[in-house]
Amino acid sequence: MKRLLIPFAAAVFAFANASMALQPDERLDDPVLEARARALAAEMRCLVCQNQSIDDSSAPFARDVRLLLRSRLEAGDTDEEVRAFLVDRYGEFILLKPTTKGANLILWLSPLLALAFASVVVWWYYRRWRARD
Amino acid sequence: MIANIGLLALALALPIALLQTGASFWGARRHRDALMQVGRNAALIQAALLTVAFACLVTAFLRSDFSLALVAMHSHSTKPFLYKFAASWGNHEGSLALWVLVLALAGGALAIRGESLAPRLRAHALGVQGMLGALFTCFLLFASNPFERLTPPAPDGLGLNPVLQDPALAIHPPFLYLGYVGLSLPFSLAVAALLEGRISSDWARWLRLATLASWSALTIGIALGSWWAYRELGWGGFWFWDPVENASLMPWLVAIALLHCAAIVEKRGALRQWSVLLAILAFSLAMLGTFLVRSGVLVSVHSFATDPTRGIFILAILACVSGGALLLFAARAARLRDDSLFAPVSREGAVLINNLLLCCGCATILVGTLYPLALETLSGAKVSVGAPFFNLTFAPLMLPLFLLLPLGPVLAWKRGSLLGALQRLQFAAFVGLAAVVGILVYRGVAPLWAPLAFGLGVWMLVGVCCEVFERLRARESRPGASFWGMSLAHAGMGVLLLGIVSHSAWSIERIESLRPGDSLDIAGFNITFENLSRALGDNFLAEQALLRVRSGNGDVFDLTAERRVYPIRATSTSESAVNYALAGDLYVVLGDNWTAEAEARVFRFYWNPLVSLIWLGAALMAIGGGCCLADRRYRASRREAKRGWEIRQRNFSADEIQ
Repeated sequence: MKRLLIPFAAAVFAFANASMALQPDERLDDPVLEARARALAAEMRCLVCQNQSIDDSSAPFARDVRLLLRSRLEAGDTDEEVRAFLVDRYGEFILLKPTTKGANLILWLSPLLALAFASVVVWWYYRRWRARD
Repeated sequence: MIANIGLLALALALPIALLQTGASFWGARRHRDALMQVGRNAALIQAALLTVAFACLVTAFLRSDFSLALVAMHSHSTKPFLYKFAASWGNHEGSLALWVLVLALAGGALAIRGESLAPRLRAHALGVQGMLGALFTCFLLFASNPFERLTPPAPDGLGLNPVLQDPALAIHPPFLYLGYVGLSLPFSLAVAALLEGRISSDWARWLRLATLASWSALTIGIALGSWWAYRELGWGGFWFWDPVENASLMPWLVAIALLHCAAIVEKRGALRQWSVLLAILAFSLAMLGTFLVRSGVLVSVHSFATDPTRGIFILAILACVSGGALLLFAARAARLRDDSLFAPVSREGAVLINNLLLCCGCATILVGTLYPLALETLSGAKVSVGAPFFNLTFAPLMLPLFLLLPLGPVLAWKRGSLLGALQRLQFAAFVGLAAVVGILVYRGVAPLWAPLAFGLGVWMLVGVCCEVFERLRARESRPGASFWGMSLAHAGMGVLLLGIVSHSAWSIERIESLRPGDSLDIAGFNITFENLSRALGDNFLAEQALLRVRSGNGDVFDLTAERRVYPIRATSTSESAVNYALAGDLYVVLGDNWTAEAEARVFRFYWNPLVSLIWLGAALMAIGGGCCLADRRYRASRREAKRGWEIRQRNFSADEIQ
């Protein structure tokens, strides 16, 4: 049984080989550029996974986008240009950090709105208490 | 056979739950003690029946009874005992069976130990609990029956997802559900208070007790899940702002708000309406979490739309239960008047700010979690809201909370002095600032938030120590268990913050391809890749890499990083090798071969400084919650309150006779 299984395991491991998160061969030589690439990759969603960034994901898709993103950076794109390029290609769904445009403004302002609303309610109640006292 | 008994018990639980509701409400309305007694007994019978049903389900899993569809789908005969056991709640139907069981156990606890509550109040609460039980038992029976048969029986099962085969994850759902569903008790008590139109300190004590117990369990549940993710998912993260995680964090945050608020209701008779609203919200969020996780809506709005039965069912229960409770609140809350007022600067005021910030934090997470769903439903546009959003919005809301945390307990009730409180904490402030400066010097300014947040953690920790020290020195009274519990939980929060900051800001990562014999240095460790070997486990095959680590102070130890292949599910997992230490974890993940050489492997090395403080902090919080439960107030209240009730009852009947 053992003998039968070990070649099988080797086959499965070999299959799994193509799929792991960031590999040494993907890295750029320039440490500044590489750091920018890592930061950008952490902001991009792996579209075939559940809530993983392409930096964390081991899916082949994530590897493709990592390589693509690095090639854009090497070509001299700014971070903003890389984001725009990826959004153009894959849609806004790829951004783990949504834009601040349009309806997304509600999303970004929600903590402030919640805080403002709650503060007004507390203040209003407090005044009523005081008045009743 | 076992399955038939289980199904029978489950089916019987439904009419019993309805009986519990009917008898309790009617008895409370007509002041009939006998009927209320029927309601209490029904609650106990319901708890017993659901225990039997769940025990049957577990037995079916342990015996690998593949005539049950659920067992065939989620278990396998070669699986280790623990995971057969855990598989019974590691799936949709089983986990909901556990949900209903915990719901019934909570009702049973109220029926047995609720003597301190006024009988009518208890009957109302049991009625609500019975209603919840009936709704969810219906759901279980008609939309997710765990005892569904498979004809013909499968020869063997499909196995449990190997990533989930981990001891921490095996016991994670029961704790999580104890917390989630335990919050049904505060909910039932809140609705009962609204129905009664008044609130006693006994009520508040029960509210606090139930919230503390649920919150502690929820803390353990979340921490176990996070610990599992840290070890198992293989890149050393502990929190991913996944919607499923958010679903458990939201009730946790509101439960913290509630247990602070309940303390104010209990001791000062203030914030009554607010505590009722919080109790309703906490359980609503727990149900929402169940809906989000169980309906499939998170994966995609469309996957929900293709098989909506389960989701719609939970959503309908959520709408009825929460909507009904909120309507009742709108109609009756005005009756719940507060006994005492307080100045803005007071311990009550501090709790109010705590509640404000926690609720805003919860609202932010709620909006962030639901926004993609809402947008896709309304406009069809697909967006993602991920970790960067939550880090930028949630964290700033928590910082003022952490800043104010040590101040709360040193403020006086009703009217406190901020200056006095700050004076008592000046040592803590000094140490906190010193920590900020020390880290700025030692670590540099980037990232700037890290030294500030770390200093905040130190301020919390030392602040709590100052309070404890002062309290012990004063000797006016020996501090009770609940003071120790509070201090432990507050200190735990500080410890948690230290761990989070240090992990997020100062972790080091190296990704290298090594051949046997190669070595590299990380964070003062010298690591040599010794050799590669293969091994055979119960239901998996493994490839193991032996690494010899030499630490800076001359210690030598071995680490074995492993990758496993589970043939039954044709999946592979990576078992990271971790050297746990308080100063930091050395974390190694074995990767693939990336060169032409057969023995070369890619390794990911992480140095995660102080990361264990995250789980230590969570453990301190849970222990703190447990300590509060052990307070004399809660232990003695049962007997005394019963006697008190008897005396009051006697006086009442004596009055009637005269």
